[in-house]
Amino acid sequence: MSETVQVSSSEAPPHPLQEFWHYFSQNAGAVAGLVFICVIVVVAVLADVLAPHPPFEQYRDALLVPPFWQDGGSTRFLLGTDDVGRDILSRLMYGARLSLMIGAMVVTLSLAVGILLGLVAGYFRGATEAIIMRIMDVMLALPSLLLAIAIVAILGPSLFNAAIAIAIVVLPHYVRLTRAAAISEVGKDYVTASRVAGAGRMRIMFITILPNCMAPLIVQATLGFSSAILDAAALGFLGLGAQPPTPEWGSMLANALQFLQRAWWVVTFPGLSILLTVLAFNLMGDGLRDALDPKMKV
Amino acid sequence: MSDILLAVRDLKVHFPVRSAGWRGAHCHLKALDGVSFDVRAGESLGVVGESGCGKSTLARALLQLIPPTAGQVLWLGEDIAGLGDRAMRPRRRGLQIVFQDPLASLDPRMTVGDIIGEPLRVFQPELKPDQIRHRVETLMGTVGLLPHMINRYPHEFSGGQCQRIGIARAIVLQPKLVVCDEPVSALDVSIQAQIINLLMALQRQMGLALIFISHDLSIVRHLSHRVMVLYLGRVMELGHRDGLYRNPLHPYTRALLSAVPIPDPDLERARQRVTLTGDLPSPLAPPTGCVFRTRCPMADRRCEEHTPLLEPAGPGRQVACHHWRRNADT
Repeated sequence: MSETVQVSSSEAPPHPLQEFWHYFSQNAGAVAGLVFICVIVVVAVLADVLAPHPPFEQYRDALLVPPFWQDGGSTRFLLGTDDVGRDILSRLMYGARLSLMIGAMVVTLSLAVGILLGLVAGYFRGATEAIIMRIMDVMLALPSLLLAIAIVAILGPSLFNAAIAIAIVVLPHYVRLTRAAAISEVGKDYVTASRVAGAGRMRIMFITILPNCMAPLIVQATLGFSSAILDAAALGFLGLGAQPPTPEWGSMLANALQFLQRAWWVVTFPGLSILLTVLAFNLMGDGLRDALDPKMKV
Repeated sequence: MSDILLAVRDLKVHFPVRSAGWRGAHCHLKALDGVSFDVRAGESLGVVGESGCGKSTLARALLQLIPPTAGQVLWLGEDIAGLGDRAMRPRRRGLQIVFQDPLASLDPRMTVGDIIGEPLRVFQPELKPDQIRHRVETLMGTVGLLPHMINRYPHEFSGGQCQRIGIARAIVLQPKLVVCDEPVSALDVSIQAQIINLLMALQRQMGLALIFISHDLSIVRHLSHRVMVLYLGRVMELGHRDGLYRNPLHPYTRALLSAVPIPDPDLERARQRVTLTGDLPSPLAPPTGCVFRTRCPMADRRCEEHTPLLEPAGPGRQVACHHWRRNADT
């Protein structure tokens, strides 16, 4: 009886993407995160069209205007203006471009290099592992911001170089995580079975072991996305990241700290943007991990 | 003997071990110490012994998953001992393994189709995906799985089904010899019988040779042509199944056989048991002379001083004991 049901239900196996969406959509938080990220991406891409004002335009007649629902606010500047009269909403929209770009760049770079080094260290062990891991330990031993500052000082201050510096600074986390996961997988029977099946080193590392190490990496990557945005802000604050007029969320936040008492909106909205984006990525990361792990499927 | 597939000569696997403490003394754990035997095409060799006697090490050393310390492993007349992964690759086609833990030996992120098809993709890259799929589905039918389950993941299967998948993966390249490392000890008794019968059917159909490692003497008796008894990494006795079970020559074999329960309660009550006292000695410090002497009811001074060599004791029979002639009479 149960057998006939099984046959009919699996006659047309669903497309892998369809199946992935089925499991992903069961997690409400993950879907909310995904929706929010999509909105931010659309806003970032269409900032030229959507933004009510140019991001650099200084309205000298409207310094520190509060958001429209407060006394003194107007619908001309929906979220108010900053200390030199620039529209905050427009700057946030343009800032989304930079923040997302930094996050994506840092995560892609550090994940790609980190997975490669971590897998090599975890698979080959011995001297290779010792060399890679000791270098990573040295990098971890230095205060991360100090190391980033040093790297930016060598490369020259710009947003792009700041992203590279942050990617290098967070690299040891990915390497350690991948290595630890790889070591625990290498000894398992299914890896031996793969060797017996004739798989070469590359196939064992990237097709057999790597997919089984991905769950912690996906979570780390989504968390890394948010910390990359924050680190970029810190570098921007020190004048080593986004250069002043550039509307980057972190530097907007840093530059406006002095107005925290007088004009809360100048600080709150960039902070809120970072918070919500970071939260959305974390929620989505959780959902991704669950949907990508076959053991979670029933 | 031209039909000898695998000839093992004086195989030794020693693991370097450091005793506790800083700069502890180096010593060697002799997991296998001078094992020799042959496997002919189409025959099944049962390997028995208690836990820790080197059964699984033997399986892995034969496939060069653990490099042997010394000795020869002649596969089709060619010594493969110590060959690296790359050199072993073409030879793996004919020499496969079935693992003890059915679920752990299957990649949790691959579908059944990918797992069974992996050897095909590696060794026959010219095959198209639908050809591989067809071969895999046919094979799934052969080992008693429903072919429509091809897109499922290992954790969706029961232990017995997982072991069928493992067997399918081992025979997909039509090997000559499959090493079965306790393939049924993790399964329920009712499932054990199904898997054993499947292995025997496959052996008949494909002319497979099997090395069947187990601690279950009844199962080994059921499917082996010849049986090898291991103790502490050494061969104690080797012989044809019927002769060995009817008239065990080595005192350890006798003790093992007398521990097998007999289903008939009258016979069970009437028989004399040879019970062993004590535990398996540490393989780090094996006894001098005969390794079994510490637990042997027949041990004397000679056993303490001279290591008994494996000597012929009748047709196809080998025993490593100074006193086997005394057992031959009884």
